[in-house]
Amino acid sequence: MLLFLVVPTLIAVGTGFFDTSGAFTLDTVAALGNPVVLGAFGNSFALSALTSVIGALVGAIACYGLLGARPDGALRAVVDSLSGVLAQFGGVMLAFAFVATIGIQGMVTLFLRDTFGVDIFADGVWLYELPGLVLPYLYFQVPLMFITFMPALQALKPTWAEANATLGGSRATYWLRIAGPVLAPSFLGSLLLLFANAFSSYATAAALTSQGSQIVPLQIRSALTSETLLGRENLAGALALGMILVMVVVMAGYSALQARAARWQR
Amino acid sequence: MTVVREAGATGDGTRGVSRRGRPGPVARGGVAHAPSRAVRALLLGGIGLFFLIPVVAMVEFTLRKGLGGGHDASRWIALAQGGLTGQYRQVLVALGNSVGLAVGTVLIVLLLLVPTLLLVHIRFPRLRRVMEFVCILPISIPAIVLVVGLAPVYSLLSRLAGSGVWTLAFAYGITVLPYAYRAIQANLDGVDVRTLSEAARTLGAGWGSVLFRVLVPNLRRGILAGAFIAVAVVLGEFTIASLLSRVNLQTALVVVSKADPYTAVIFSLLALTFAFLLLLLIGCLGAERTRPRRRRPIGGRP
Repeated sequence: MLLFLVVPTLIAVGTGFFDTSGAFTLDTVAALGNPVVLGAFGNSFALSALTSVIGALVGAIACYGLLGARPDGALRAVVDSLSGVLAQFGGVMLAFAFVATIGIQGMVTLFLRDTFGVDIFADGVWLYELPGLVLPYLYFQVPLMFITFMPALQALKPTWAEANATLGGSRATYWLRIAGPVLAPSFLGSLLLLFANAFSSYATAAALTSQGSQIVPLQIRSALTSETLLGRENLAGALALGMILVMVVVMAGYSALQARAARWQR
Repeated sequence: MTVVREAGATGDGTRGVSRRGRPGPVARGGVAHAPSRAVRALLLGGIGLFFLIPVVAMVEFTLRKGLGGGHDASRWIALAQGGLTGQYRQVLVALGNSVGLAVGTVLIVLLLLVPTLLLVHIRFPRLRRVMEFVCILPISIPAIVLVVGLAPVYSLLSRLAGSGVWTLAFAYGITVLPYAYRAIQANLDGVDVRTLSEAARTLGAGWGSVLFRVLVPNLRRGILAGAFIAVAVVLGEFTIASLLSRVNLQTALVVVSKADPYTAVIFSLLALTFAFLLLLLIGCLGAERTRPRRRRPIGGRP
């Protein structure tokens, strides 16, 4: 436990502050100000923000759609396990799936080209660059949203809707004035969790892009495996430090929101 | 907890977990705020389609006949007819590695986590918040960050214990900790462990038989679910193995995909199906709690 969690984290963060000879330095941390690194953080932020917002909205709609299904029914069982597989197991295999779907020879690419004469890669192949990550990321963000948000939606008491109806409220009143405020902390919390998930995800991007490092996890990969940047070995540590800082802020927000959301989930 | 149980609690272990954390399925059918049938079909159909297309595309991809066009199942047949012995041997080796790692990780989790959780639950309830914090912590540390720090640890470890792939099980033990913890703790909360163990002790059982004949049978759903989720997570792990240059199923798939994408996609489909079935099984285990089951003879585990 100590050796494999605490020590690695400390080393990861610590190496950011030391140079190769072991002396304390802030130079490697200053490397976080490097335009390339800043660009990678910017890309990571943009990608995570975009996929978490879309993923949260679509996921919430899916939760709403499944609200009527019996919680112990077959439909829910299948959707639950599918979400688990896609949210936690996918990684590399999602990259394959999207190469088969919208790769240069992908099913959808060929279909659009042959049937409608639309070439989705008219401006160059974007699947293996930053924009190409959006769809595969959504493919695991939506299921994660389902997993984290469904319990909150399920905790809505039918009596609230009935009380609303008895008092003459419409469906809109119910969702805007009752369910909305109750669900808001859960929704924002799940949104943050999705953001953290996208921000720290590595496998899909690594399998999809073998060259270039547009996002921070790929920057860490090239910093760890590169042999050309002599004297910059600790850049990986500095990048890790940057990631941890982001994660701490996001997860702190998440647990604060979660605590607020828990009031209604009893 | 309200479930008071008869002294012969070693028997039907399933009854202790009748309470769930979430509200039960009481009258959930007629939720007043649920969407109408048509809206529901529309929403789920649309989202389902987005999720179905890539899977269909994967299947279609593996059935392609090559440059000439057309489809057949020749790749699947070739693979089923012992194609694994030839150039795909590395996948088989990698699969063996991953399965071994999964077993190792499950052992680590079961041998360390279950006794620790029980001890905290029975003897040191005040440590529970600390335990929870520590167990959930790995979720907020990205694997890619963990790898940066694990690299020096593993370079030391390879000097001490060799660079065998099995050493990864320690790192995986950390990454599956949050999932296993949640599964087991949820079960633990539903069972009155203290009363059970006190009852067993009063009747003259030693701690060993309390653990193996009373507590473990009562917790077997949580333990099984935790073990399954650990297997799923380990089989899907890529980041740590790839950056520490160890071979497991996922890294081998990436290597194979560069030479023969069809086979890589076939293996991916198989792995995804396997994980899906595994999680479905966990779901069924959880759902069974609420349903009445037929009685079983004494002795939770053979």
